Amino acid sequence: MSDDPRPSAFSASTPAGAAGRDDAIVLHELSHAFGDVHALRDVSLRVHAGELFGVIGPDGAGKTTLFRIVTSLVVPSQGSAQVLGLDPVQDFRALRRRLGYMPGRFALYTDLSVLENLTFYATVFGTTIEQGMRIIEPIWRQLAPFSDRRAGALSGGMKQKLALCCALVHAPDLLVLDEPTTGVDAVSRVEFWELLGRLRDGGLTILVSTPYMDEAGRCDRVALMQEGRVLAIETPAAMAASYPLPLFAVRGHDRLAMLAALRASPHAESVWPFGEVLHYTDTRREVQPGALAREIGELLTTRGVRDVEVQPIAANVEDVFMRMAQTPHVAPGQERAA
Amino acid sequence: MNAPPDKAPPASPHTASAPLADSAPLAIDARGLTRRFGDFTAVNAITFDVRQGEVFGFLGANGAGKTTAMRMLIGLLEPTEGSAIVAGVDVVHDADAVRRRIGYMSQRFSLYDDLTVQENIRLFGAIYGLSDARIAERSEVLLARIGLLESRKELVRRLPLGWRQQLAFSVALLHEPQVLFLDEPTGGVDPITRRVFWELIYETAAAGTTVLVTTHYLDEAEYCDRLTIMVDGSIAVAGSPGEVKRALGVTTLDEAFLHLTRPAAAT
Repeated sequence: MSDDPRPSAFSASTPAGAAGRDDAIVLHELSHAFGDVHALRDVSLRVHAGELFGVIGPDGAGKTTLFRIVTSLVVPSQGSAQVLGLDPVQDFRALRRRLGYMPGRFALYTDLSVLENLTFYATVFGTTIEQGMRIIEPIWRQLAPFSDRRAGALSGGMKQKLALCCALVHAPDLLVLDEPTTGVDAVSRVEFWELLGRLRDGGLTILVSTPYMDEAGRCDRVALMQEGRVLAIETPAAMAASYPLPLFAVRGHDRLAMLAALRASPHAESVWPFGEVLHYTDTRREVQPGALAREIGELLTTRGVRDVEVQPIAANVEDVFMRMAQTPHVAPGQERAA
Repeated sequence: MNAPPDKAPPASPHTASAPLADSAPLAIDARGLTRRFGDFTAVNAITFDVRQGEVFGFLGANGAGKTTAMRMLIGLLEPTEGSAIVAGVDVVHDADAVRRRIGYMSQRFSLYDDLTVQENIRLFGAIYGLSDARIAERSEVLLARIGLLESRKELVRRLPLGWRQQLAFSVALLHEPQVLFLDEPTGGVDPITRRVFWELIYETAAAGTTVLVTTHYLDEAEYCDRLTIMVDGSIAVAGSPGEVKRALGVTTLDEAFLHLTRPAAAT
């Protein structure tokens, strides 16, 4: 945008697809197909140096294919990529030395001990554990008591930490993590994100994917993906602020009765269960939210719902995703619930 | 509902017994259920019950013992001690009969990708010992409900993830089980599909099938009638979502979960 007055690392002087000084990753109109399956469709994005960048979307969104292109493991059908100033197709050898990659199924040798795994990865990258310790020390401290244990006998959380150490031992300039928290319980997820935050604070650029929408807030910026396409790229705060319609948290004693009553309203855009409340989006952006809240409350009370509370709320990333996502996963004739 | 946390009655700390007022028969009645592997106690004397038609959440951190407990309840693993009656049958003495009366859906959906929708249903119907006529009748009902009648000749691997998930759910219900076990059924699926799936769970429970479900999404735990949270092999807290939150003095189940499992996770 040549009329954008903001100073920017990727200002008008940086042509599309070329890396600006502060870009760690530039993807330009990437598409990739496996046979007749279109895994990626026209994906463009930039990751700035030092950023913790999240790619958020469900299974089948194209996250893994995208990461394999970035890490030089897949040659895209169309489009271009620059990673750390290198072309992942032409310069893959140079690039791989500067990357740390943790694939979704941790690439650990289950018959080797914790220490043997780490030694192996250090050797492959021509370094030593001692040299890598500056980076991995905070994580290694938790693993060290188990250094003689076979990697296959570690708990899920410990395997995850060992895989992270192995990906970091050669002090990469870019860390790429494909769904490191999938299937991991809520507590271990929080701890893992705290680790990533500290690594980012230390200057590392991190590209990470997750299917958990509530992890978006841990990232500096996120890209929402669905079925091979990028739906939006924003900071989590800007993404939440972009929600265009009045949104309310609704609570009351009977969730099913509230769902039915709100979905029947002619002004409802969507009604979804959200933990202990319902999130209700109204189509009337011109009416005061306070007035809408009172009206919704009265509607529910007249339908016999007790203890009704209606509060205008700010959207979260999950609300934004659900509004943007098309709904091809609902089979034809199945809109019965709507 | 608005009582301050410290005034509220505590949820029973170790057992989840149904209120006496509710006379619905028990679908699951586990008493002191225990499983040891060598000197490691994976499940430590858990006692809980689930009423017929309930949606029951079975929560806990990785390694807390949920899967081991579930494998005992579906007759795949013999308890070291204790007992469990599931769908009216003793899991220790008649594991085969239990398996005929329950349905099970794992997080990997256990469908055959290279078979069509219809072929998957015929295969599982035959495994359950249903007659051809019965299979045809059930598949009509179940496919109509999830809107897949038109797609019955599609290969399963060509279906979007959300449809595969709903098909796996339907296959688990083919033989009309009394109790349905769902092991992380919504992992990795998008937020809309996740919610559509929970509406299916509700419909199924409303029709009288009991549902026991595990999940890592704590917002989904709010949709359960009652739940337990396991920590290190034991049931740490049990009750309705409201009772659990009041007992721990927290406002969300997310906080309840962190509160209970953080010390365990640190070791």
